[in-house]
Amino acid sequence: MTGIDVMLAAVGLVAVGSALAVVSTQHLVRAGLWLVVTLGAIAVEFLLLNAEFVAWVQILIYVGAVVVLLLFAVMLTRAPIGPSTDLDRPIGPAMLIGAGSGLGLAGLFVWVFADLRVKPPPAGSAERVGAAIFGDWVLPFEVLSVLLLAALVGAIVLSKKDA
Amino acid sequence: MLQPVIPMVTAAFLFGIGVFGALRRRNAVLVLLSVELMLNAVNLILVTSDVVRQQMTGQVFALFIIVVAAAEVGVGLALVLRLFRLRANINVDEVELG
Repeated sequence: MTGIDVMLAAVGLVAVGSALAVVSTQHLVRAGLWLVVTLGAIAVEFLLLNAEFVAWVQILIYVGAVVVLLLFAVMLTRAPIGPSTDLDRPIGPAMLIGAGSGLGLAGLFVWVFADLRVKPPPAGSAERVGAAIFGDWVLPFEVLSVLLLAALVGAIVLSKKDA
Repeated sequence: MLQPVIPMVTAAFLFGIGVFGALRRRNAVLVLLSVELMLNAVNLILVTSDVVRQQMTGQVFALFIIVVAAAEVGVGLALVLRLFRLRANINVDEVELG
């Protein structure tokens, strides 16, 4: 274990712990705020893995936009201040499937990657990511812009009063 | 030197927690939150496999997934708000079908 491994493990523990808080808290607003902690911890993991551009985009779009949208939805659906009692279904089947997929995937990754050591990659700066996007992945990038436009129009149509 | 197994296992646990939340929660907004957890786990795996393979493709795909997630959450919340306006209730197991 080198220093970067210790930091990856510590930040990973923060991410998993706050994710558990997201799915178990009885306060709607607190679930959104714990999600900020999880997304921030994942952004730090990106930084530790030298993917700095992805990390900053994660902060800008997820923490900046997606969480704010979710908190707006919480407010617009008139969620009560304080704990709600009707947020959860019985825990059994969800626990079975969630723990099965999580532990199964974790076991698979440990089995495949346990002995692997790699040297840290060169920094994923905006310049290198941009060269990859506009070199090899131009077509998916352009298709994504059409998808965003479609999502925008769809959201507006769904929000119209008389639709 | 770093061990890619650590972020991989973190991502596996995050995905499992997301699946658990999406199945257990009744409130539609909380289900969307759990879906975001699963998408982020996949992003972490993509970026880590970039480290393993020493290339950039995974980071490009992680960016694409972030954009798709933003579009998904925009449309999803519009649907949730419409459901709330129609039924004054966004519990996913009380939506009447048909």
